Amino acid sequence: MAEKETTLGTLPKRDGNSGGLAALIKKSASDKMGPEDHVLVWPNLVYIELISMLFATALLLFLSLISPAPLEELASSDTTPNPTKAPWYFLGLQELLVYFDPWLAGVVLPSLIIVGLVLLPYIDPNPKGKGYYTFSERKFAVLGFCFGLALWYILIVIGVWFRGLDWSWYWPWENWHHHKPITGGLVDLEVIIGKTLGMSDTPLVTLGRYGVTIANLITWALFLGYYAIGFSVPFLTMRKFYNTLGFVRYNLMMFMFLSMLGVPLKIFLRLLANVKYVLVTPWFKI
Amino acid sequence: MNKLLDQIRENVTQTQVWKSIFRHGFPSNDANRALVMFSNVILHLHPVRVRRGALKIKFTWCLGGLTFFFFVMLAVTGVFLMFYYVPDTRRAYNDIKDLGTVIYFGSLFRNLHRWSAHAMVFSVWMHMTRVFLTGSYKPPREFNWVVGVILLVVTLVMSWTGYLLPWDQLALWAVTVGSKMAEATPLVGNAGPFGPELGMGVDNDVRFVLLGGTVVGQSALLRFYVLHCLGLPLVMALFMAVHFWRIRKDGFSGPL
Ligand code: HEM
Repeated sequence: MAEKETTLGTLPKRDGNSGGLAALIKKSASDKMGPEDHVLVWPNLVYIELISMLFATALLLFLSLISPAPLEELASSDTTPNPTKAPWYFLGLQELLVYFDPWLAGVVLPSLIIVGLVLLPYIDPNPKGKGYYTFSERKFAVLGFCFGLALWYILIVIGVWFRGLDWSWYWPWENWHHHKPITGGLVDLEVIIGKTLGMSDTPLVTLGRYGVTIANLITWALFLGYYAIGFSVPFLTMRKFYNTLGFVRYNLMMFMFLSMLGVPLKIFLRLLANVKYVLVTPWFKI
Repeated sequence: MNKLLDQIRENVTQTQVWKSIFRHGFPSNDANRALVMFSNVILHLHPVRVRRGALKIKFTWCLGGLTFFFFVMLAVTGVFLMFYYVPDTRRAYNDIKDLGTVIYFGSLFRNLHRWSAHAMVFSVWMHMTRVFLTGSYKPPREFNWVVGVILLVVTLVMSWTGYLLPWDQLALWAVTVGSKMAEATPLVGNAGPFGPELGMGVDNDVRFVLLGGTVVGQSALLRFYVLHCLGLPLVMALFMAVHFWRIRKDGFSGPL
């Protein structure tokens, strides 16, 4: 698709009050196009907009009539509802609280989403697929983005329809007024590693509050290794991919991508192996 | 009959009053249809002519336009709600209750406001998804995508600040959940990594700034109210202006 078509196509041909500027602008593709390729915005587009607004108004009125805005009891800090739920569009993040501490689920991960979205146009060097729907010309970008979107929406759906008392999992047909037994038994990865390999709990070194055990070092190695391997494999095996991106784009993109993949990875570790934290320090736990 | 209508239209649109208001004649011929797009402040957000393909709804699904429409709807219904609502913890709840019981059209406006908010949050996500899938963030539109991300965030925060205003249990506890997260911010939250090490406590961290206190109380309600009704809408309007300006200047990516 040629650029700037609409903009330049709309400039008045006579050089009205542009102070001579219009004469400076190059002829654009649309100037070469015959009038038969174009239609006037009034009435053609303006009417479509009008009709879509009317439909939207009708929909809003309909929804307002069948489902009025809720109003519960007066706010009171004495009685805590169970469960307490954020508005639906934040329930994905609240659902993440099951698997991550609040500083990650509520602050760092959302910030990474925002930063990732801002970076997106700058780290996607693929010139193809501009201005039309295509999957085959930009498979990686579309798959990566849709993966993130799916994650966001699945977590929201779980938070809205499957979380009941004490934030336990409830199927729609279950009794939502009975508490579920508290399932404990979560262990930190370093404990699992220490036990399996029969290591002692005595720290190798102590840095202030931080007693560093061998098992703890192994979790550090696994955590950093996840990123290290993730960064290296495409670099070593898909050099063309790396070269099209360049050093800065590649590293930004891989960091975002691996962090995004890390979220479901941690969720699986929790669900399959009861892992509470993969990395524990006195200041933060992941 | 048609003759008569034409005659009336002619008489109206030729008057001095009509001509002083509209800088164009009645848009019944192509010259005036172009002029109406040029000389009307709202319509001139559009180009005058578009390519035929632009009329394909399946490209934009009207999502950006609908997001803007929901915003306007929220502004209109919001002004109405502001006449009846006072952000005082002793009466906010009752003001909302009155909307549903004693004020003419009160519940209609409140419901419209609430549903428009849901709809806007939904459509802004869908719009972003559309823009991604059509690759419309690619050069020269990178920056407009960034402006869009700002609009997305402001939309979410506006929705969230509005959630507190009814001052019912739903409102209080939803915001309490959110402020728990603020408290956990690394470095600047009292429960976040390295927060305590940097001297953060419940009465000087980022949550304190957000709520204007240590609990979700009167100061928090006032802060959220001012942000919701004044601060954030202004930010939103500013960035929307940039967004629309850039769509025209960068040119529209699709068949439009
Ligand atoms: C309050 C929120 C927003 C409003 C009111 C809005 C409005 C619009 C409108 C009316 C258009 C024209 C085309 C269409 O209708 O699809 C548009 C295009 C665009 N929007 Fe938004 N938008 C918003 C948020 C966003 C977000 C969240 C993003 C991306 C992160 C974004 C990125 C873009 C881009 C890049 C274009 C140009 C598309 C093209 O040339 O094909 N906008 N926006």
